[in-house]
Amino acid sequence: MLFYLFVTVALLSLSSYYLGRKRAFAVAGSHIRNLHSLPSFYGSYTALWCGLPALIVFTVWATLQPGVIIELVVASLPPELQQLPPGRLNLVINDIKNLVSGNIVSSSPDAAILAAADHYRHLQTTGNAALWVIVIALALAGITYGWRTISPQLRARNRVEHVVNALLIASSTIAIFTTIGIVLSVLFESIRFFHKIPVSEFLFGLQWSPQTAIRADQTGSSGAFGMVPLFTGTLLISGIAMLVAVPIGLMSALYLSEYASPKFRATAKPALEVLAGIPTVVYGFFAALTVAPLIRNLGTAMGVHVASESALAAGLVMGIMIIPFVSSLSDDVINAVPQSMRDGSYALGATKSETIKRVLLPAALPGIVGSILLAVSRAIGETMIVVMAAGLSANLTANPLQAVTTVTVQIVTLLTGDQEFDSAKTLAAFALGLVLFIVTLILNIIALTVVRKYREQYE
Amino acid sequence: MNTTTIEVQTTLDSTPSPSIRETSLSSAQIIGYDHQQTVGRITVDNPKMVCRDVNVYYAKKCALKQVSLDIGTNEVISFIGPSGCGKSTFLRCLNRMNDTIPICRVTGEIKLDQDDIYDKSIDVVQLRARVGMVFQKPNPFPKSIYENVAYGPRIHGMVNGKAEMDELVHESLERAGLLKEVESRMNEPGTSLSGGQQQRLCIARAIAVNPEVILMDEPCSALDPIATAKIEELIDELRENYTIVIVTHSMQQAARVSQRTAYFHLGNLIEIGETDQIFTNPRHKLTEDYITGRFG
Repeated sequence: MLFYLFVTVALLSLSSYYLGRKRAFAVAGSHIRNLHSLPSFYGSYTALWCGLPALIVFTVWATLQPGVIIELVVASLPPELQQLPPGRLNLVINDIKNLVSGNIVSSSPDAAILAAADHYRHLQTTGNAALWVIVIALALAGITYGWRTISPQLRARNRVEHVVNALLIASSTIAIFTTIGIVLSVLFESIRFFHKIPVSEFLFGLQWSPQTAIRADQTGSSGAFGMVPLFTGTLLISGIAMLVAVPIGLMSALYLSEYASPKFRATAKPALEVLAGIPTVVYGFFAALTVAPLIRNLGTAMGVHVASESALAAGLVMGIMIIPFVSSLSDDVINAVPQSMRDGSYALGATKSETIKRVLLPAALPGIVGSILLAVSRAIGETMIVVMAAGLSANLTANPLQAVTTVTVQIVTLLTGDQEFDSAKTLAAFALGLVLFIVTLILNIIALTVVRKYREQYE
Repeated sequence: MNTTTIEVQTTLDSTPSPSIRETSLSSAQIIGYDHQQTVGRITVDNPKMVCRDVNVYYAKKCALKQVSLDIGTNEVISFIGPSGCGKSTFLRCLNRMNDTIPICRVTGEIKLDQDDIYDKSIDVVQLRARVGMVFQKPNPFPKSIYENVAYGPRIHGMVNGKAEMDELVHESLERAGLLKEVESRMNEPGTSLSGGQQQRLCIARAIAVNPEVILMDEPCSALDPIATAKIEELIDELRENYTIVIVTHSMQQAARVSQRTAYFHLGNLIEIGETDQIFTNPRHKLTEDYITGRFG
């Protein structure tokens, strides 16, 4: 029902736009130049007066109404039900709600609850009706006010722009507040984790075995929360990925920006960027089903033991995945080096390769470093390929042929399935997330600073 | 002045020399081909560069039409003309900078001393070491002042050891009249200099590879009058050792620095002659209109 109210207000607002615009033409007389603003701003002004107050009241009311109704229903319950502990009382309220919406209830309802459900339904109908009346009245009042205040002197454009300005501010703060919210929630859960496991043990422990025992004699009592093996695993796989991605990406960027014909570049660059559009899970089974057996067979042929899930397989495929990050960004950066630099070098008799090595690459270096750092933070945060190709065993090793695991993979395994949020096992995921967040944040800050410095270089 | 007899001197001989590369396009396919004959004497007694019947095409558009002129040894010759007249295009033909533009095609003959610079046996890298260039906007590399000058000698392997390089860098900066200003800060980036200093750094960079000809494409258009005066003074000094070709939009500058002047209009070389004569007694109507400020 409330959806229809929303649509009605929107329609009213739309029609008031035309009303306002028409009114502006009317008060302007023969010359539109007499108006302070363009007629469409007067339309928007009226539409905002109609829609904005109504929408605000609508939102506030719709948010508060359920809470208020429950308060009222609880107040009208028989005293013996009101005296129930909060947990039991919640069950009763749930029963009432289920009765109202026609769902299955937990037990056969008694008279008091049935009456309460009736009361609830009644209050809800009244509330909705009141909301309809108030919102429509507000919208109409808004139209009238807006319509009446329209005069050639009214600074409609400035008012509308103020509202748009506020809207833009609100939109940008949503992203910021969401980030802050996520960081805080991770932070608080991490602090809870560090109450159970000391920070030093978490940061410097060499063993990762995330389990907690309920009784002291359980096998789970051997649990250990040292994140070092996870981070070395992450570093190993990211390192292999960068060894693949940086040379290939950089060389393809050089070819694309300096040697390729414009026609080839126009086709090849988007094709390369398609690599970035492939879902990581597809890369994951490519790694697990194609690359990993290949490496294993190769290793067997050469008499080397390779684990069926190896860091090498995951790293190689991850490297392929981030090639477009390096190549595309580096290509842009190399292209951004002004043509006058190339001309200056060619005019001195430099060859193409001398120009690239001695002028373009040094000039583009900060940007290239920036693109590589962005690729690194992408590699560190990558999960799916590692889950499928590198395994779950937290080995502390530098051997790329063994199975390792990464921070992100452990977060996934810790938080999959049913969890209780008071065990160190679950909370460890938040601590890992926090450390990962800090590491990628630092990398991103470095990358952005380097890139910004680069931007100042020429002009 | 137009009533006096005009001695029209077109290309020296009408029979095309064997080294002229024939255009693969028939004249019907070419856009904007309306050749005008050149007024004035195109030859000099001791030519450094000899250009005959040079045509330049951007795709099918003809940007330069049958241009023939000599550039004398140790002279400063200026190319003037309204925007889009082909003077910069012609300048870029002289060290084959047009090679970097894929759609650009050059026909005709350009000789540096006795070598046809468009001949297959000529290495463009060698050519550009002999014919240096300074651009409209100063374009120092984002390297130190020292490295900017050392760049050319280094890629051509011209010096042996650090001491020789130091000497060459200092000498080049000295000749570009910049040494005093930058001596104490050779390791600061070239981009930290002022516009006029940057342009003189670019000249020092060009001098460092010891070219025979220096091409300057509106070298002062981005500079203030004081920096311009310094560059002009420098051009005058450099004439002792180098042949200088300068493209300029400033007629006063052409009059101040050059011995000969060539006037280009819509891809044609309209008139060429002694600078004094061009500015005091132009023979062609278009030249007169341009230098008296009727257009351009």
